[in-house]
Amino acid sequence: MPIVTIDDFQIEVPEGTTILNAARMIGGDLVPPAMCYYSSLKGSGGYCRTCLVKVEQGSAKDPRPMPKLVPSCRTTVMDGMVVRNETSPEVVEARAGVTEFLLVNHPLDCPVCDQAGECHLQDLGYKHGKLDTRSEFRRRTFEPIDIGEKVKLHMNRCILCYRCVKVCEQITDGRVHGVIGRGDHAEISTYIEKAIDNDFSGNVIDVCPVGALTDRTFRFKSRVWYTKPLEAHRNCDKCCGKVRLWYQGEEILRVTARKDEFGEVAKLENGEAGWICNECRFDKKKTSDWVIDGVTHVDRHSVISANHYETPEGERFDDEKTEQRSLPHGEKVELGVGALDPNNV
Amino acid sequence: MTNDPNDEFMLTNRSKVVSKKQMTLMERLYLPAIANGMRITFSHIFKRKATVQYPEVLRPIAPVYRGLHVLKRDEAGAERCTACGLCAVACPAEAITMTAAERKKGEENLYREEKYAAVYEINMLRCIFCGLCEEACPKEAIFLTDRIIPSNYGRNGFVFGKDKLVETMDNPVDVTKRQTPAVIEFKKDKFHQHNITINDLVDLGEH
Repeated sequence: MPIVTIDDFQIEVPEGTTILNAARMIGGDLVPPAMCYYSSLKGSGGYCRTCLVKVEQGSAKDPRPMPKLVPSCRTTVMDGMVVRNETSPEVVEARAGVTEFLLVNHPLDCPVCDQAGECHLQDLGYKHGKLDTRSEFRRRTFEPIDIGEKVKLHMNRCILCYRCVKVCEQITDGRVHGVIGRGDHAEISTYIEKAIDNDFSGNVIDVCPVGALTDRTFRFKSRVWYTKPLEAHRNCDKCCGKVRLWYQGEEILRVTARKDEFGEVAKLENGEAGWICNECRFDKKKTSDWVIDGVTHVDRHSVISANHYETPEGERFDDEKTEQRSLPHGEKVELGVGALDPNNV
Repeated sequence: MTNDPNDEFMLTNRSKVVSKKQMTLMERLYLPAIANGMRITFSHIFKRKATVQYPEVLRPIAPVYRGLHVLKRDEAGAERCTACGLCAVACPAEAITMTAAERKKGEENLYREEKYAAVYEINMLRCIFCGLCEEACPKEAIFLTDRIIPSNYGRNGFVFGKDKLVETMDNPVDVTKRQTPAVIEFKKDKFHQHNITINDLVDLGEH
């Protein structure tokens, strides 16, 4: 099996693994961001160019560097390959350029957008974006349209990653959703305004890396950082029924699929992606519909963690003196010193 | 219990024996002490007063004083606030709450953005007037002003809704002194999409 070195970390991966997936196996900061690649959608990737990396050494047999930066989601590893992600200034510069291109037509409407706070383009712009735009042209604008009763399409915000098209192609039967037009005129459309009525069409909301496809039942209800995520499940005869509920007070504002650390729909035990059906997503908004599994761990650096007083792995506490405590849901959470002290409440 | 430090029931040794010194004749008369007190009191009549007759007289306060908030409208009179919630998340006192609503067709002259605050409330009893909401606002919608919150007998009277916060068209609140020259220059730049108003779009024939 080939051994690949990414940012000085070595890992042995199966034949045919892409650089991006090898990096994801190592995890941490060296994972290149991906706006279009989606591990559970076949044929995705290769459009957005955010995952460009530098290959310093092609393989053990042919140690010459690759002449250009390569998209890590589409390039498979070779034995002895040496890859640099953000430790290479070339990659950082290229990524800033790609971000600038992605933002050429993307509006600055994060204060309005429901995706703000969990938007991959926002994260990318925050890390690599420039403060200004150099584009001298007007952004292309569209009126927001309703795709079916539950999904809203803001074509303004679309970065043409094709993830939603792959969902309609692979998850739902009989595609009713695709891209029309070419180049600057390309836009997401249901063929002749045909609404999506498939049971799994709601998953286009979860795969959208930006706020182009959003949930109409959640539209402008709240900002994501005021809602509290909980993991829950129900016995659904159409899908796996494993979801994330977004509460505000006692009310479920939104239901989404569970996401993993890379922002993709989390895999089930059998290795398949945990897509959820439209009934679970849009119609089951009462606590009595669900069995609560526990609190969702939110990354401390995410804005969604604001005012959520969960203590993930004792992160907020300094040292080794942490004690175990089991929550009512049965989930083990590390707590800091004195957390169980009744005087400390 | 006695004050004797040698008493075995004393808990601490910090108690002090009270002095019972006899007053002198002059002290027992009290008249010199009274005269001295009156001298101090009357001398203040001729000094400058420390108080002002509010509300007839107002103290001068800085133009960047942090008092009652205002929700600004833009040049065309549309509300700038888009209920993004950044002021509320920045607020250390958790004084701000809001409910968003979607702008309907035909309301473009009322609200600047697609989304607007249907309810916007600041609890002035919670507010600590730190000005972080003003700093967090991406739309230049909320500003603190040099106005003072009027007093009230009830707690509910201190929850200020949009009726009290949004400026009226005939009585706009001037906040230019709170803005740095760089901000004013930035606002003039129509190159940035968020500075473009309905009027500009009409001029360009796009609306």
